[in-house]
Amino acid sequence: MKSPSKAAAIVAVGLMSAGLLSACTADTASDDGKVKISVASLIPGTEQAAFDAFDARVAEFEEANPDIDVEPVEYEWKATTFTAQLAGGTLPDVFRIPLTDGRTLIANGQLADITSQVEALPYFDQFNPSVLETAQDDAGSVFGIPREAYAIGLHYNRQLFEEAGLDPDAPPTTWDEVRSAAKAIAEKTGQAGYMQMTQSNTGGWQTTAATVSRGGRMQEGQGADVTVTLDNEGTREALEFLKELRWTDNSMGSNFLYDWGTINQAFAAGQIGMYTSGSDIFTSLTRENNLDPAIYGLTAIPISDSPDAAILGGGTLNVVSAKATDEQKDAAVKWIDFYDVAKLVDEEAAVADAKILAEQDQAVGTPALPILDQETFDASREWIADYVNVPQDQVSYFAEGNEGRTIVGEPAAKTQELYAALDSVVQAVLTDENADIDALLARADADVQALVDAG
Amino acid sequence: MSTLQRPAAPTRRSPVSWVRRGGLSTLLFMLPLLVIFGVFSWKPIVEAVVMSLQKTNLVSPAAFVGLDNYVRVLSDPQLGQAVLNTVYFALLALLFGYPVPLVVAVLMSEVKRMRGLYSALAYLPVVVPPVVAVLLWKVFYNADPNGPFNTVLSWVGIPPQPWLQSAASAMPSLVLEATWAGAGGTIIIYLAALTAVNPDLYDAAEIDGAGIWKKVRHVTLPQLRPVLLITFILQIIGTAQVFLEPFLFTNGGPANSTTTVLLLIYRYAFQNSLGGNYGAATALSVLLAVFLAGFSLLYFRLTRSWSSE
Repeated sequence: MKSPSKAAAIVAVGLMSAGLLSACTADTASDDGKVKISVASLIPGTEQAAFDAFDARVAEFEEANPDIDVEPVEYEWKATTFTAQLAGGTLPDVFRIPLTDGRTLIANGQLADITSQVEALPYFDQFNPSVLETAQDDAGSVFGIPREAYAIGLHYNRQLFEEAGLDPDAPPTTWDEVRSAAKAIAEKTGQAGYMQMTQSNTGGWQTTAATVSRGGRMQEGQGADVTVTLDNEGTREALEFLKELRWTDNSMGSNFLYDWGTINQAFAAGQIGMYTSGSDIFTSLTRENNLDPAIYGLTAIPISDSPDAAILGGGTLNVVSAKATDEQKDAAVKWIDFYDVAKLVDEEAAVADAKILAEQDQAVGTPALPILDQETFDASREWIADYVNVPQDQVSYFAEGNEGRTIVGEPAAKTQELYAALDSVVQAVLTDENADIDALLARADADVQALVDAG
Repeated sequence: MSTLQRPAAPTRRSPVSWVRRGGLSTLLFMLPLLVIFGVFSWKPIVEAVVMSLQKTNLVSPAAFVGLDNYVRVLSDPQLGQAVLNTVYFALLALLFGYPVPLVVAVLMSEVKRMRGLYSALAYLPVVVPPVVAVLLWKVFYNADPNGPFNTVLSWVGIPPQPWLQSAASAMPSLVLEATWAGAGGTIIIYLAALTAVNPDLYDAAEIDGAGIWKKVRHVTLPQLRPVLLITFILQIIGTAQVFLEPFLFTNGGPANSTTTVLLLIYRYAFQNSLGGNYGAATALSVLLAVFLAGFSLLYFRLTRSWSSE
């Protein structure tokens, strides 16, 4: 401490930390006696119109519930940042998690028990039981409310299809057709014909989707008796497919490090012809990446002849922070009901929601799977038919192609670690011409099995 | 303040004389520093050592598990590769990053006109926020034949390079950016040290018929030796803790070819969304800190006689 400026800096730091500490103190009730809850709003970077639409919904909710004060907080679920937020206690009171994380977070005591609040909802009995299960503990207590469910689909750029001399109204239905379309796009347009996510655990996620579509599974057994089966025939085929596209056809472009956000960006920018991802990403593509809806196409992921071939599903839960008070839990479930579920069960709410979204030029009618029963889902789609702005003729191939297909969930044990191990396998296949797929899979399999055994 | 700390001649020690000689005010002046240093530096270090012996997700209560975390970390098949990658990064960084600033600084000290401009240009990359710099370079490194760097290479007939998209070229690409980003700071240090070299030495060397190379070899380098030793150890410690570049450029890819020790620590803590393995993360951090402390001690002991010459 030799200079006065240093001393001043230290005093300033001290004052700042004191300020920060005082700002950290819990604040559950507003000065005016209202119950205050913070809720996850939209992904950071979303366009202003979407935030305006969100704020409009908040205002509507607060008008209907004058005793509740809702504070929106920008939120994006990412494996890496979520852990830090969870440990640091900086998550909003109401936030979203993938279906796969529900059970472990419940077991760790990190979610609030909202059984009584959820059971009081009039549509409680209508929840798709296999989806609701992911939000329940063994005793049947409820810790979350399903928000959305999706299946993996094949997204494609109609404009690149046309430029490559392909018919955008006859999207590929087999992996061989995907391969030849990718080759045509790469040759005619110079862009990547087909690409897959490879980073931040999404490489493993999409490899799992590709595996399931070829009849393979990443795990067998349940509970303490899980056998990891990464080196199955389906995964091998999926990786061989990528290898052919990358090294024989050279139809995957020249950048191979993509995660969920960056591949969306590249697709919206017209740099990728086809890729697989959740069926509901149209909303995000238009909101965050300024996608021109006219170039967007969605079709079902091709599946092989194997009797086990299926499509990978997934989804998100709305959950409440374990630290929430009873009043906050009541308010939180009211908010979730209002913002995310009512529009699926109540015509008036559905129309009001769709109207606001459509007015702000936000996506209405994105392909999704039912979280309640199919009948309710179909009805909810009919109510908002007038407001649907997602070009239905461009995404209809998805629903048509998936008719009668089985949807399977993501691997349950050590999901993120399994995905992480597959990330580097996919990256190796795409960046090393001599990558030994069998050896890579055998090693990843042993590593993940060791993690599963360690518990 | 250093005058306050200096004790008077040690005659008789009593609390009264201690206070009278200014002991109390010394302590009072030191207190904020001690508290801040203790709370923000030492407490986290001690807590990290404790946490490395625990199993915790920072939400449910922590349980002591002895040396389990250390065993887990040391038996992780990825540790070997992470250490090799880090050493590779450090070696490449030494190869590019250590001599380049020195050469630039010596050249700049020879320039008589517009020195300020050159200094500003050399220091500019340090002013650019690191994240911005990395994102910018990520664009430059676009592996497409139309990517900025590949376009420049095509002008001189060199085929497009994969840059970050191949296990072989990813690490050198990271080092190139890191050198660009970090050289400015080191150049300024060398320039300052060069001004301290007595000009008479150069004059004497010139009279003895020394050319520019001999002047550098026999005057500049020996005079800079203490500074060179310090920047060398700082560089080693800095590169052993490299995180920003691999995290932002490649996230450790392709196929773990840029996974460094610090990135591995980060992954232990944050890769799993269900509450990370903070015990293993801190255990590896402690191991790294112990290694670097040991390395520094050894280094200074070995070079003590050399630097005081």
